[in-house]
Order: sequence, then structure tokens, then C-alpha cells
Amino acid sequence: MSTQNEITYAQAIREAMCEEMDRDKNVFLMGEDITVYRGAFGVTQEMYKQYPDRVIDTPISEAAFIGCGIGAAVEGMRPVMEIMFSDFMSVCWDMILNQAPKMHFMFGGKVSVPIVIRTPSGGGTGAAAQHSQSLEAMLCHIPGLKVIVPSTPYDAKGLLKAAIRDNNPVMFLEQKLLYRTKGMVPERDYVLPIGVADIKKIGTDCTIVTYGRMVRTCLKAAETLAAEGISCEVIDLRTLLPMDKPAIIESVKKTKHLLIVHEAVKTGGLGGEIAASIAESEAFYYLDAPIRRLAAEDPPVPFSAVLEKGVLPDEDKIAAQVRELVQ
Amino acid sequence: MNTVNEDNMNGRIPGEMPLIPYDLTGREELAEKLLRNMLLTRKFEESLQYYFSLGMIHGTMHLCIGEEAAYSGTCAALTKDDDMFATHRGHGAAISKGIDIKGMMAEIFGKATGVCKGRGGSMHIADKDVGVLGANGIVGPALALACGAAFAHKTRGENCVALAFFGDGATNEGIFHESMNLASIWNLPVLFICTNNTYGMSTHISRVMKDTDITHRAIPYAMKSFRVNGNDAIAVYETVKKAREIALAGPEPVLVVEDTYRISGHSKSDGNLYRSKEEINAWKRRDPIRYLQEVMLARGTFTQEDLDRIDRETTEAIDEAVRFAIDSPYPKLEDVYEDVYAE
Repeated sequence: MSTQNEITYAQAIREAMCEEMDRDKNVFLMGEDITVYRGAFGVTQEMYKQYPDRVIDTPISEAAFIGCGIGAAVEGMRPVMEIMFSDFMSVCWDMILNQAPKMHFMFGGKVSVPIVIRTPSGGGTGAAAQHSQSLEAMLCHIPGLKVIVPSTPYDAKGLLKAAIRDNNPVMFLEQKLLYRTKGMVPERDYVLPIGVADIKKIGTDCTIVTYGRMVRTCLKAAETLAAEGISCEVIDLRTLLPMDKPAIIESVKKTKHLLIVHEAVKTGGLGGEIAASIAESEAFYYLDAPIRRLAAEDPPVPFSAVLEKGVLPDEDKIAAQVRELVQ
Repeated sequence: MNTVNEDNMNGRIPGEMPLIPYDLTGREELAEKLLRNMLLTRKFEESLQYYFSLGMIHGTMHLCIGEEAAYSGTCAALTKDDDMFATHRGHGAAISKGIDIKGMMAEIFGKATGVCKGRGGSMHIADKDVGVLGANGIVGPALALACGAAFAHKTRGENCVALAFFGDGATNEGIFHESMNLASIWNLPVLFICTNNTYGMSTHISRVMKDTDITHRAIPYAMKSFRVNGNDAIAVYETVKKAREIALAGPEPVLVVEDTYRISGHSKSDGNLYRSKEEINAWKRRDPIRYLQEVMLARGTFTQEDLDRIDRETTEAIDEAVRFAIDSPYPKLEDVYEDVYAE
């Protein structure tokens, strides 16, 4: 057995980057304030000392530096870019929408774009409507991208290493409120497969499909429900595009109930896509109750703590939904 | 290296181009290449117009008729390993960079044998093998993408540059500023090539810029810049060659503004409602192809027979490309999921 260490989500991401930089000289990091500032969320820390020419601070020019990363990727490098908040994807949207994910296809397969764009996502920090969004559904609507949202340090490290080695543009949505959470991570080199969900808790009565920060929240709710005699199966999608739909279908056939939980707003969210996939599959005939979605309320993320907590899903809301569902 | 009179470019009705007595001795090969690529581009696009009118080509296209010297002259100054990122008006750039004409014709006919297997079409012509990293449907991103390719070249210590073509209209995009700044602070060997045809679609440059001398936009980035008559292929070649030497020696980025004119409409939807026949005709008298032919004949370096031969050979090459495109199969729908993702 290899050694395991208890490290944080942020440390796991850093370890993945360091290991991949040691492994492949084409890997470099680029982003705003990722050297002496140590990253807005402290992810890169002192990596710039270890890799002085390969951890690069950029001007506040998201479109240009993401475009620069894409150009470098086309030329065979493996850039790992940091966008300080996922909300700022808006100012380099052309690069994420029209450039990186389209080139391989549009150019007949001759060009590949092995770029990873890491960016912190989600609310709960009191940063209000322009620094708290969960925009993954927009990304999942773009063929050619891969979209990863890790929920544990173990998954974060293994999936980031896989993303860096992948020959496609990968959006890696880190969860702000998870950066300081801890988990066991092996010291050895390992990668996790992109596009494969992970059953974080096995259960029999209700399937909860979720991802990102909500995985922990759902697991806590599942503990509460277990004490009441309700056995939940918690599926962590881990990758949203491509999505592991067979894993959801199999689970729903077993539990006959489905609750989808995400932190993004409900309207146009991935919950709709997941529910539709089940409705289109043979699992539909197994359902004992209508599918439910628990997501953030539809307004922009509000500032006041009372309001912010109120609009986001939490353990109590999840437990209440499951109770109603299995009744 | 300012070979253009200000009054030629800032007025809408330019005069004729004075014949510059270039000495082509020892540069016959270059002159022939410049002419050949311009003729191939012109004839390629005239073919496209014809087959489009017959309903045999789907979609739209952006022709560069009148601008050929800018693409031919610029790309002649590059090596095969230099990366070139083009605009939506990218036929001339791709041909001049050395793309396979048959594959490009087949692409625009939507055929499986096209350079992009029929997935890209006119607006996304690309072939990495010859450094054509894509025509682009969006105005501006090429500048940033070229920064990245140049970053890779510089990091690996390779002796090549990346080049971005863009129009005068793109210099009002935010990405122009961001990319010029990035290339400047990071000393990237990028050639920013502005083919200034004075119109962003229908909007004349004077309506959207106070100072229409685009070379001035290099000043805040402490970047060297050149302005050249973009209808004189030799002048363009010499300017870009010099710019490339500067870019590699620095390394540093260089801005080159090539003043030219789009005789063809913006795209298939263009009714030419924004400019006069008189203006278009004045620019037809500055036809870059005829101009180079006159230069080549002027000092006796080339004979009329030589020019006729080049003309005939380029016609044959385009005819062959058209036949290849027409005879090629269409892509299969069942293959449409191929290449969405790389292995």
C-alpha cells in the first residue's frame, strides 16, 4: 500500500500541478496573481519559486491570456490557466465558446487544444452576484469542451492530472468552499478517468445525483436520513461533460426515486438535462415518484448572508426533499 | 518604410499607383511566387463566385479580391514553420502560406476530401502542416492565439514567429489592445498584420476612429510599426521580411499596417450601398496583380510569354482543383461525431 496523506482540496490541486510539471516540461501555469500573491485562493502558493519560468502572472486581460494559452496548446504545450473567479469567464467567453472547443472539429482533427482552465466556482462566500455563480450548465452546452467539478481532494488531484494529460480543452471548476476541506490522498501518481461518476454512498431507497460542493452536503443529509431509516445512494458525477448517464440510470432502476441537487440556479440548470435523460431511458418505468430537482433559487446570488443561505440548497432542504419523495 | 502617400489612403478616391522601378534581378523566383499566389487567389475566388452562383456552393464566403498583394507579400516573407492565424477573409492568406489548393477547394465545396473534411468551410480553412492555423469567424481572437503560438516558439527556443492577420475593424476590439500589450510586455515574436481595407463591413474607418493611422496604435505598447502600400506585393514582402527579422532578433512584436482595398463585397449579402462605383473603379486601377505584372515587365526581367505561362499554369491549377472538388464525395453523416474530441 502506498502512503496516504490527509491534505486539503487546494493542496491536492497544487500537488497535481507540481507532479504534472515535473513529468512534462510542456506544462506551465498562467493566470492573474498566481506568483507573489500566491493565487487569489492560495492554490499556487510558492510554486513560482519552484518553477520560476513556468508559473506566469498575467495582466488583467483574460481574453488575451486565455487566447495565448490556446495558441500555445495548439503549438503542443500544455497550459494550465487560472481564471480568478468563474464569473470572469464572461470577459474571455469567445475563447471558451468559439476558439478552444471548436478548433479540433472545425479543422478536421488536425489541431488539438490540450488546455486546462481552472476556475473557482460557487457561492456561500458573501461575494454577491458577480463572484458567486455556478455556470457549469453554460459550459456543458458547448460541444468540444470537457467539464469537471471535483468534490474531494482525492478526486481533485486525480482528475486534474487526467485533465492536464487530456488532449482537449478541459474546464476544471474548483469549489471555493471546498479549498480548505481535507481528505486522504495517496502520494503515488494516479489519474482518475474523465467521464466516470463515483458512487459516494451506496443506498437502496433514493438516488441523489449531485456534484461539486453539494456532494458533501448531500452526504450529510444522507446520514440524517439513514438515522430515520431512509437509505440514500449519493452519486457524484465528477465530470459533467461528458456525463456518466449509465451510472445514474442503473442507480435509479435500483432505488426507484431520483433527486437531483445542484448549487446552480434551477432554470436551465443541469438538473433538467439529468431528469430528461432519465425520462428518456428505461429507468423511467422504474420510478415510483416524479423526479425532483433541488437547486439554487433563480434570482442572482444575493449578498446578505440571510438571503444567500436562503437561496442555496442545504442539508435540511435536501433531507426534506428526500422525505417527501420516498413517502 | 512608408511607401504610401497619405492622400491615397485617407481620401476615398485614390490616385493610380506610381510604378516603382524595382530591380528584380536575382529575385525572379520571389517575383514569380508573389504573382503566382495572387493569381491563384484571384482565380480561386472567381471560381468560388461562379460555382456559388450556380448553387453548387453552400453558405457564405468572404472574398479578398483586390487585397491579394497583402496576403501574397506577407506570407512570402514567412517560413513553413511560422504559424499564421487568418481572418474570416482567409483564402488569400491560406493559399499564400502554401495550403493545398485542391483540398481547400474541396473544403469549400463541403466535401470529405477538404482540408477540414468539410467541417470548417470557407471561414475556417486550416492546415497545421503548413502553418495555417485557421481562418476565424470571430473578429480579433487571432491576435491572442498568435501570442500563444509565439510564446511556445520562444519557450522552446525555436527560430520562428507567429503571425496574426486582422482588419482595420479589429483594431477597435478589446482583444487588440489586450494582445498588443501582452506581446509587448512578454517580448513575444509576433507579427501583427493589419490589412487595412478601410471598411469594417460597410463602416468606413473615418466613422469609427479619430486617428485613422493605425500604426499610431503601436505607440502605447512601445512597439515598432510599419505602414506599407498593401497593393504592392514587393513592398509588402520587404516590409514583412524586415519586421520578421526584428521580431526574431528582439524577440519582440511588430505591427505592420498594409493599406489595401476590398474590391469584392464584404460577403455574399453585400449590395455595395456604402461606397461609390467611382471609388471601386479607382481601386480597380490599383489592381495589385496588374501592378506586379507591370513591374515584372518594366525592366525586362520577365517577358510577356513568362507572364502568360504563369497565368496559364494558375488557371490550370484552379481548374484541376475544381474538378477534384466536384468529383470528391460528400462527408458521411454517420461520421459527424468524429473529431468533436481528440483522442
